[in-house]
Amino acid sequence: MNNYEDTIIALATPAGYGAISVIRLSGKDSIYTANNYFVGKRPLYEVQSHSVHYGKLVTPNSEVIDDVLVTVFRAPNSYTGEDSVEISIHGNPLITTKVIELFMHAGIRNAEPGEFTRRAYLNGRIDLAQAEAVAELISARSDTSLRGARNQLDGLLSQKVTQLRDSLIKTSSLVELELDFAEEDIEFVDRTSLVSMINDILTELESLIASYSFGKTVREGINVALVGAPNVGKSSLLNYFLKEYRAIVSDIPGTTRDVLREELTIDGILYKLFDTAGIRDTDDVIETEGVKRSKETVINSDLVVFLNDATEQFNTQLYAELCSLTPQERIISVFNKCDKTENRLTNNIYISAKTGEGINTLFQVLREKMLGVNTYTEKTAIVTNARHHVALTKARENLTNSLTAIGNQFTGEYIATDLRAASESLAEIIGEVSSDDVLNSIFSSFCIGK
Amino acid sequence: MKSYDVLVIGGGHAGIEASVVAAKMGCKTALATMEKQGIGRLSCNPAIGGTAKGHLVREIDALGGVMGEIADATGIQFRMLNRSKGPAVWSPRSQNDRTLYNNKAVEVVENTQNLDIVDFSIIEIIQEAGVVTGVKTAEGEFISAKAVVLCSGTFLNGLMHVGVDSIKGGRFGEQPAVGITASLVAMGFESGRLKTGTPPRLRKSSIDFSSLEEQAGDEIPQPFSHRTLLENFPFQPQVSCHITYTSEEVHKILEKGFDLSPMFTGRIQGVGPRYCPSIEDKIVRFAERTSHQLFLEPEGLESDLIYLAGFSSSLPAEIQLEAMRKIKGLEEVDMVRAGYAVEYDFFPPHQVDLTLETKLVKGLYFAGQVNGTSGYEEAAAQGLIAGINAALKIKGEEELVLRRSDAYIGVLIDDLVNKTTDEPYRMFTSRAEHRLLLRQDNADIRLSHLGKRIGLIGDNEYAQVMEKQRKVEEGKRYCEQTKLPIAVINPLLEEAGSQALQTPETLSKLSKRPEITLRQLLDKVPAQESVPEYFSNQEILDKVEIDLKYEGYIKRQQDQVDKMERYEEIRIPFNIDFSSIKQLSTEARENLTKHRPRSVGQALRIAAITPSDISILLVYLKK
Repeated sequence: MNNYEDTIIALATPAGYGAISVIRLSGKDSIYTANNYFVGKRPLYEVQSHSVHYGKLVTPNSEVIDDVLVTVFRAPNSYTGEDSVEISIHGNPLITTKVIELFMHAGIRNAEPGEFTRRAYLNGRIDLAQAEAVAELISARSDTSLRGARNQLDGLLSQKVTQLRDSLIKTSSLVELELDFAEEDIEFVDRTSLVSMINDILTELESLIASYSFGKTVREGINVALVGAPNVGKSSLLNYFLKEYRAIVSDIPGTTRDVLREELTIDGILYKLFDTAGIRDTDDVIETEGVKRSKETVINSDLVVFLNDATEQFNTQLYAELCSLTPQERIISVFNKCDKTENRLTNNIYISAKTGEGINTLFQVLREKMLGVNTYTEKTAIVTNARHHVALTKARENLTNSLTAIGNQFTGEYIATDLRAASESLAEIIGEVSSDDVLNSIFSSFCIGK
Repeated sequence: MKSYDVLVIGGGHAGIEASVVAAKMGCKTALATMEKQGIGRLSCNPAIGGTAKGHLVREIDALGGVMGEIADATGIQFRMLNRSKGPAVWSPRSQNDRTLYNNKAVEVVENTQNLDIVDFSIIEIIQEAGVVTGVKTAEGEFISAKAVVLCSGTFLNGLMHVGVDSIKGGRFGEQPAVGITASLVAMGFESGRLKTGTPPRLRKSSIDFSSLEEQAGDEIPQPFSHRTLLENFPFQPQVSCHITYTSEEVHKILEKGFDLSPMFTGRIQGVGPRYCPSIEDKIVRFAERTSHQLFLEPEGLESDLIYLAGFSSSLPAEIQLEAMRKIKGLEEVDMVRAGYAVEYDFFPPHQVDLTLETKLVKGLYFAGQVNGTSGYEEAAAQGLIAGINAALKIKGEEELVLRRSDAYIGVLIDDLVNKTTDEPYRMFTSRAEHRLLLRQDNADIRLSHLGKRIGLIGDNEYAQVMEKQRKVEEGKRYCEQTKLPIAVINPLLEEAGSQALQTPETLSKLSKRPEITLRQLLDKVPAQESVPEYFSNQEILDKVEIDLKYEGYIKRQQDQVDKMERYEEIRIPFNIDFSSIKQLSTEARENLTKHRPRSVGQALRIAAITPSDISILLVYLKK
């Protein structure tokens, strides 16, 4: 059974912050796929088993995610007994999420509960007295994940996806009708209406896919790095939050000295504020470590609040440094101590950590930057789960293919194949469609039969 | 005491294939039928094939079955349906002379060595310790058999309905088979009741065809069987069908009879097929339609009968006649026999394995309508597989199970075994998820190696199929390697409204353009002498073109097949006790126990089985 099954991925170390986190891939494509995003000295498929390689993990858009250490294990000498790769990254949930999403979009599946252990057992890598222990494990974990899936957001999503699938079944049935019942005395769908039906479904899919950044934000919060030279009032700002919003200061192991995190919820949105120590290069060994961590935080945050003193000059030097770390549009320049001066430049945000002036405006800007001006109400279906996001993206691709097929004057059975593939992609979220569903739709809408 | 290797009960389309194939494979075989001349009688349409059903006939033929040959010999009209669609859904269909078909079927069975036709009525199937031992006849005689294949169609406790009258029987003028169901239920089988119907038969000379739309066959008819020689084909004179329509006036008259309809009064309990509704059903369910299409199909060259397809009914005979006389062309019609419904026993097919052997009694096989299917072709396909497996088992050879990716036959049996159906099952192309790979034109390439393995396809025949396949592969390579210069190809592209080229391009890339055919491209190859000779063979040209044009789709389907393959290969032992695996969900335990899947792939297709259940199952299989 070695290298028999498809390739899966999961975080192997506890979720959260730590010195390092390890992400494990297992299955026949693990080494090749990892190599596709790895920039190092040698391609991973050439290296020996049980060897460790330093390099960078890079997205298809050439964005560097992290410096990593990759360990390659070849079947059968790995935990699961399959070809496996372990990627050690910096222990930061922001990086973990990015890496796992990167691989999921490359076609690697999120591991089912207990799946690594199951594979290890099936490949004879672990010797359990009884198979029952593994079975219990799978059963228990899937219960937990099922319970987790039954929250309100997922309920709304599955309602929405069920609607989309029903439209897809309807569309498929119109195509199948002309294939299986060509001899019948019924009117078949013309290609123009078919295209418009598919486009309607695509539009809905698009909006669901677009909701992912919002959904992810709802689930994970907006990560905001707070950067500023000493004495611009970072501490007083944080104290203001503590007092006014009852912010929670979390104790981040190993980083308390370097990065401080506060969490606060405003208008239903969770903000995670990271107070950075400083990003200027220094010779001091201890400070160097702090600078490294601050830079990492800036790079991986969704937004950066760049705090200035309204009574002083704008810190162009620090701003330039920031721009070298993160795209300019993610940086929001904010001027503190506005209670001490009347100077106002348009389009800048002025706040006072002392009086609270402008703070609401600041969060409004943060929210709009991140989520756009679209409002999502409690009744809107939102995608919060990376697996669902991948499934919807695949469905979109299938439907786009069906439009191409129609454009190329391909006959019905090819269009039907794409539509079926789209249904199968949605099945990842709400379960299988069988050919009976399509036939049922035909029989209920058309008079068939000689 | 009479003794056989294989005893087949019923001489319909399933029984013919089962008995002929078992005998050809060397088993001493008997075909038990109440009436020898009833063998191969077409109970309903005088037609073979049609959408998806035509695929089944081609596959039966490729495996060495006889339905295709009989249909070719007796066809009086041949049409390739769906010609305007892509090649995957082309389906051959024929109108057949009912008498000739019947005679030819009897002849085929009679001329098969090792095969006895025995005309006794069987009332009981006998088993000992879960293994079939034989059957008992109405006269009380015991006939021993190593395998029994039950193909009794609509005859098990058959009950025919016309209006308020019910007559016991499996087909007009024929007795029902009583006793078999009871003996199987006593063994522990679950039985159910289904219903089907047939339309009136009309006197041809009483119909005015001059006012009706004519539907002729194809100009160049194609046979079902790849063994049929094209020289003298078609063997019979070819005739046309005609088309007419019902009207609101007709519907009004039929509605008068609804109070007397066995369907609406609840006297028929069996469930009928939605794809083959009675005319009364159509009027009720699609009340907004003021007219329904009807086909007048000739029953034969010499016959004075016409089959009125689309007018299946169990309303009182006088109502049927009164309504028909309001239909265009039928104003003076003479009804020879009224339409009727027939109810019969079936055994929900989760009780059979993929070989069609019952899970309860070894050596006992079910095929055809007893498994809840409808249609001659569906029945024949199952008869063939049941007969092959009965013979293989007796010979101690490896069973034959077709996968969903091998054939429509595989889809058919897999669906029957794994799904719970509550209406007669009919094949549709949309049921085959690998439809693009399972074309009627490549049935021989897909299946001949299996026919050869079991000894039904000879070495020569097999070599011919392989040679064809080799040329197709070579043809594809030629197209991938041969480039057309710009000067040669651009005029053609412009003419076809396709984008012109900057650099030379291969035939295979160019053939993907929808506006251009491979034939056109091959004609433009500058060195005509390099174009392989086999491209003049239309069949090979078509196959190469299909493979090139739809390469992306074909590859994706093949990838899906490969992905599923690994699960199909993981076997589940027959004696596994699903109910003892307490980590499975209750529903999973129940459904797995009911369907008894033989592979993990099959388990995946059973209702309510989740990926977690599959994981747990895998762990237990390892244990």
